Amino acid sequence: MEAYVQKTPLEKLKPPVTHVGVIGWVRTNLFDGWFNSLLTLLTLYFLWEVVPPLVRWAFIDSVWNTTGAVCRDADGACWSIITTNLRFILFGFYPYDQQWRPLIAILILCGLLFYSRDRNHWNKYFGYGWIIGLVVMGFLMRGGLFGLPGVETTQWGGLPLTLLLSIFGLTAAYPLGVILALGRQSRMRAIKVLCVVYIELIRGVPLISLLFMGSIIFPLFLPEGITINQILRAQVAIILFTAAYIAEVVRGGLQAMARGQYEAAEAIGLNYFLTMRLIILPQALKIVIPPTVSILISAFKDTSLVVIIALWDLLKTTQSTLSNPEWMGFSREAYIFVAILYFLGCFSMANYSRRLEKELSTEDH
Amino acid sequence: MNEEAAKGTDMQAMAEPIIEIIDMHKWFGEFHVLRGIDLTIQQKERIVICGPSGSGKSTLIRCINRLEEHQRGQIIVDGIELTNNLKNIEKIRTEVGMVFQHFNLFPHLTILDNLALGPIWVRKIPRKESEEIAMHYLEKVQIAEQAQKFPGQLSGGQQQRVAIARSLCMSPKIMLFDEPTSALDPEMIKEVLDVMIDLAQEGMTMIVVTHEMGFAKSVAHRVLFMDFGQIVEGNTPEEFFDNPQHDRTKLFLSQILH
Repeated sequence: MEAYVQKTPLEKLKPPVTHVGVIGWVRTNLFDGWFNSLLTLLTLYFLWEVVPPLVRWAFIDSVWNTTGAVCRDADGACWSIITTNLRFILFGFYPYDQQWRPLIAILILCGLLFYSRDRNHWNKYFGYGWIIGLVVMGFLMRGGLFGLPGVETTQWGGLPLTLLLSIFGLTAAYPLGVILALGRQSRMRAIKVLCVVYIELIRGVPLISLLFMGSIIFPLFLPEGITINQILRAQVAIILFTAAYIAEVVRGGLQAMARGQYEAAEAIGLNYFLTMRLIILPQALKIVIPPTVSILISAFKDTSLVVIIALWDLLKTTQSTLSNPEWMGFSREAYIFVAILYFLGCFSMANYSRRLEKELSTEDH
Repeated sequence: MNEEAAKGTDMQAMAEPIIEIIDMHKWFGEFHVLRGIDLTIQQKERIVICGPSGSGKSTLIRCINRLEEHQRGQIIVDGIELTNNLKNIEKIRTEVGMVFQHFNLFPHLTILDNLALGPIWVRKIPRKESEEIAMHYLEKVQIAEQAQKFPGQLSGGQQQRVAIARSLCMSPKIMLFDEPTSALDPEMIKEVLDVMIDLAQEGMTMIVVTHEMGFAKSVAHRVLFMDFGQIVEGNTPEEFFDNPQHDRTKLFLSQILH
């Protein structure tokens, strides 16, 4: 047999035109075989049937800033139900002339959240900023000092209540969930059993029943004369519920960690807490970002269940607007509006988590 | 490899034992992995342990820094006996460095942070100084230019050199190597062995589980052969390779040296 020795390296060739550029994209994505071509055509037909009427209804024929009577004669969407009742939907029974206060509180909150997106901003002073922001928000909502009239928490409602329940609910549930997950992995029998019982018990009941328990059964056990704020009780129920789910997701992340990571950390001389804090949790929590965010998103939406214990969150104020005879029957528009608000919240969480995953990725880039 | 240079450290320095293992047994469930290990290792001594897989050699060195717990007998490291006392275990772990087969670098930290972690959190050295220590050892394993990269961006040989540097940052008295070149592509083995030979020349006490017999011949003071959880034979490398005594040693050597 003759020996083979390469004399000149082979040239690099360009891929065929039909596989790159616009033509390549259309071919591979839209007309890849007869079945996909058929699907593409059907989809185009469907969009042609649906989109133009929708645009006409929502924008061209729609009615803004009118009374309910005018709306009934119009062909398009009645956005007047939103524009006219916006303040009630957003702020509920908060005193009308004081509604600038929750508005500013929400703006501060959004500002802080927006600024927190960039992890480079996370330092000690920004932490103080959050604390000051929270105090100011609490003061604005509650009042009763420096000439601001006091507003009882029973009058809080609408968007501020939804945001309050979800943001505090989620930020408190996350660390609690992590602690429960670590506890469930613990070698100390008592702690392990405690965590398992907690997680399984809470996961075994619906959120609604926890909310009922918090609002109806729990006060029966309190000594006479002592009452705990209704919002706080709902808040605690949401935290306890969400934490149990987060704990199980985080446990999944912990189990995905290679034994070698623990061993390497131990071999350096790190103790349990440092090993967890510096080595294991940063990696485990990163792995479980997608399922964690799913839980946070569903917890955010579940805050609307507080309706059943007579808290006036965003959904409840909208429903109550709809029960006004003048606006009865315009539920499509009202629910679309609330859906958009919820969607904005959920979508920004999903978006942020994707960005976080990319930032934390240490693969070749 | 230069035999004389590598072994140049003064044998007189081995005045006192730094590790003493007395009749040590270990079981994994019902399985008797280590069956009465007696071993004394002097300061600055370099030991290579070889043997077939499952013979307990990795388990033996993992017992020395308590990654595995022994059930009978005694292990005394640097004057401290290994018991359930957590403080003692942590203290011994800071004195004993370990290099793993699969490197076990922390993938979420940069190379520099991988190295500086121990000094900062265990030795409580300020971050700036810790990073200087880290850079010093990175230069030593000739990889300083990679300091800001993540482990996943390095080759296997580079990762293992980083892992060695990470252990050295804790200024250990003893270094344990658990098959440090077994997971490497052949062309990367030499760069890791060279770092280990440098370390040997500086007089580090080393216990190395490896099948690199060239390394054993040029660097080790003693070669131990283990089988079925026992030390079957231990001798100077010259005697061990040229004149093995035990039948099982002879068989093992005939299979790996061809």
